[in-house]
Amino acid sequence: MDAINSINQVPISSYLLLSSVLFSIGVLGVIYRRNIIVMFMSIELMLNAVNLMLVAFSAYRNDPSAQVFVFFIMAVAAAEVAIGLSILVMIYRNTRSIDSDELKQLKW
Amino acid sequence: MENLLILIPLFPLLGFTILGLSGKNLSKSTAGAIASGSVLLSFILSVVLFSGLVSGSLPAYQQKLLDWFAAGKWDVDLSLMVDPLSSLFLLVITGVGFLIHVYSTGYMHDDDGHNKFFSYLNLFVFFMLMLVMGSNFLVMFVGWEGVGLCSYLLIGFWFKNPSYNAAARKAFVMNRIGDLGFLIGIFLIFIQFGTLEYGGTQGVFEQASHAASNDPVIVAIAICLFIGAMGKSAQIPLYTWLPDAMAGPTPVSALIHAATMVTAGIYMVARANIIYTLAPDAQVLVAYTGVITALLAATIGLAQNDIKKVLAYSTVSQLGLMFLALGVGAYTAAVFHVITHAFFKALLFLGAGSVIHAMSGEQDIRKMGGLKPHLPKTWMTFLIGTIAIAGIPPFAGFFSKDEILANVYARDKGLWLTGMIVSALTTFYMFRLLFLTFFGNFRGTHHQKEHLHESPASMTLPLVILSVLSVLGGFIGFPEVFHLPHWLHHYLSPVMEASEIRALPAEITHLTEWSLMGVALIVIAIMFFIARSKYLSREELPEPEEAKLKTLHRVVYHKYYVDEFYEGFILKPLGWFSKQLKNIVEKELIDGVVNLSGQAAMWGGKVLRYAQTGMVSFYLFMMVLGAVGLWIYFNLF
Amino acid sequence: MTQYLFYFLSFLSVLSALMVVFSKNAVHSVLYLIITFFSIAGHYILLNAQFLAIVHVIVYAGAIMVLFLYVIMLLNLNKDTEPQTSNISRFAAVIAGGVFMLVLTSGIRKADSLVLEGPRNADTGLIETLGQVLFKQYLLPFEVSSVLFLAAMVGAVMLGKNELK
Repeated sequence: MDAINSINQVPISSYLLLSSVLFSIGVLGVIYRRNIIVMFMSIELMLNAVNLMLVAFSAYRNDPSAQVFVFFIMAVAAAEVAIGLSILVMIYRNTRSIDSDELKQLKW
Repeated sequence: MENLLILIPLFPLLGFTILGLSGKNLSKSTAGAIASGSVLLSFILSVVLFSGLVSGSLPAYQQKLLDWFAAGKWDVDLSLMVDPLSSLFLLVITGVGFLIHVYSTGYMHDDDGHNKFFSYLNLFVFFMLMLVMGSNFLVMFVGWEGVGLCSYLLIGFWFKNPSYNAAARKAFVMNRIGDLGFLIGIFLIFIQFGTLEYGGTQGVFEQASHAASNDPVIVAIAICLFIGAMGKSAQIPLYTWLPDAMAGPTPVSALIHAATMVTAGIYMVARANIIYTLAPDAQVLVAYTGVITALLAATIGLAQNDIKKVLAYSTVSQLGLMFLALGVGAYTAAVFHVITHAFFKALLFLGAGSVIHAMSGEQDIRKMGGLKPHLPKTWMTFLIGTIAIAGIPPFAGFFSKDEILANVYARDKGLWLTGMIVSALTTFYMFRLLFLTFFGNFRGTHHQKEHLHESPASMTLPLVILSVLSVLGGFIGFPEVFHLPHWLHHYLSPVMEASEIRALPAEITHLTEWSLMGVALIVIAIMFFIARSKYLSREELPEPEEAKLKTLHRVVYHKYYVDEFYEGFILKPLGWFSKQLKNIVEKELIDGVVNLSGQAAMWGGKVLRYAQTGMVSFYLFMMVLGAVGLWIYFNLF
Repeated sequence: MTQYLFYFLSFLSVLSALMVVFSKNAVHSVLYLIITFFSIAGHYILLNAQFLAIVHVIVYAGAIMVLFLYVIMLLNLNKDTEPQTSNISRFAAVIAGGVFMLVLTSGIRKADSLVLEGPRNADTGLIETLGQVLFKQYLLPFEVSSVLFLAAMVGAVMLGKNELK
């Protein structure tokens, strides 16, 4: 493919910029929305932004261990989602709502 | 031989530990036996060491016990030493101490705190032995403090009485004031000489002997050490504790406030004789303080009505004479008087105790009288003691007092005259005491008359022994004019030779010395007859009631209002000052700061808890802000 | 050519990410997220990380998003059950997010000069190379991740148990 043998015309800073933008959108999502499910999805988005950056560096530095790291991040993300969603279901069973502001019993 | 040194203080210490730990579990006789036995063992060992020193096998014994501490290059050892000077004191402390222990088994027989008393007595003997056996100033200071502690414990022995506790406190506080001076003296010694050891080539005295006369540091050291002696040996201005200390049981008064503790000051000055010889200015201070104290106390003693108070003021007065001797450089004479004074003063106190015991606790001599037929042994020994203290030959007091006065005359006639007046007053008040107590009609209550009885053997036997010593004790130091050897002078010469090299004692002709003795005897005889005419030949009591006292008599009776002066000018301002400190500094400042910090923590908590809203979105928001803030901080600064 | 592809894919991913955050319906958010994942997989292919691209699609879009959808269906969420945020909170959140983005992007301003580009190795990204590295250097983390999954499974089962009996 073209991409492999030609010098990539996209400088790495573009990938970094893209990754940062996606990450900050994820952050925005976490603090903007109160729906726990959407907050969760924004966290996934953040993880993906990081993955993207890691893969970009791996390609530009010819180092496969960054891709292995991405591999592990994906594994952890999958496990985390499983647990997180089951907790979410438990919360819903107890409070009948998915508003994160309902969970404020540990306050002053 | 050297290894015996540690045993001497060890026995009383063991006695104290055993009696202190066993409390009331031991029977009274066992406790008394343990206590007296330990002191007896120490006495035997002291005799052994003494004979070793007399035979001349060694100039002195020294035993290092342990390395006490090392600070930088300065090592201080806990080591003991026995040389001629301390051996004499050892004999007196353990010998007279043993007799007083035996006496106490009789005197304190009915007291509940009997075992506690003996444990304190043993502890006192231990500390006193450490004081005289120390080979450096620090060990002496340990003993010094320790005897002050034991004095406090023993004066306030009948602690349920608040005035006795106040007396004990007064003694302790006054001692401590003197101790401050002593401590400063020790500091100065260390700064100047770099060591605190007495002897040896690098010792304090060896180094000091190279100093010039009246070197300011040496004078300062001498004065500071003397301040310590002022407190411990009851000289002006720190003497008022000793009469109040009569609140303790009589054996305590005999042991501590007559024979041993109060002589610690004399021992200290005699030990440091080279320092005083090199500081004539300080010697002047010592001599004048001694003689003024002697005169003051003798005049107060004239007007007192409590048998123990008279003896207490007599002690202060005699101590003043000893300091007078030290002040003119007659160190041997002072030590001589310490020894003889220990004998007859202890005898007098124990005799007084016997009288008090017979009178069921009465101490006012106006309520005594005519006790001679009822208390034969007490009367006889008390008479011997009185003759001895008055200085009538050939009893002990004559030789020692005469030597002091002869040495004083050689230096300063005015001081001699004052000393002579003190001697006269001593004779007068002692015979007054004797006549009022033992002669005349019985002035006590009917109940007391019924219970009048001679004391048991445990009390009279020590009296007899002490009276024998009072008779014979003077023979250790014959004056030169008798052409008999002055054994004491010869024995103590190694200790005093450094002083004698620097300042030869002044000489007086034989004729002068005979005439001095003659004058003394005439004065004593005159005073005896005056006392006799005033107190013996009258029928009714010549002592007026307090309300009818004439002004001078009243002032003297109230001890020149010195206690009231101290109370008003020193104690009250101090009390006011500490009250201010308590109310302002302690309560408001310090407590305020502490409470304020507590309040601040609570207030902080109250305010900060609102950050815990419990809402996750809020936390996340704060996290983001925090991350931004941190990044800015690290990149801009 | 790659450049244009890159710009298209990045535009797609950013847009769908924004829609994930701002859409009112939860199901719509899920769908937009799936689009984001696909675009990121496209980026991976651009970067020659073939194995990762496939795995990304399978794991994320295939498994995780399906899980999300299951839960949403289970809880029966729609536009009505959506929690309402006050306008001030929204405003503050947007500002905070924007500032955060500024902070992040300012940190990578000089990235071009820092990363040394060398001749590209075509082998990085191939499954063979990846396998070599994974099973030789990173064998232990690989095995430990199995323990992680075990824990996750046990946890999910435990949490999911209905205790109302």
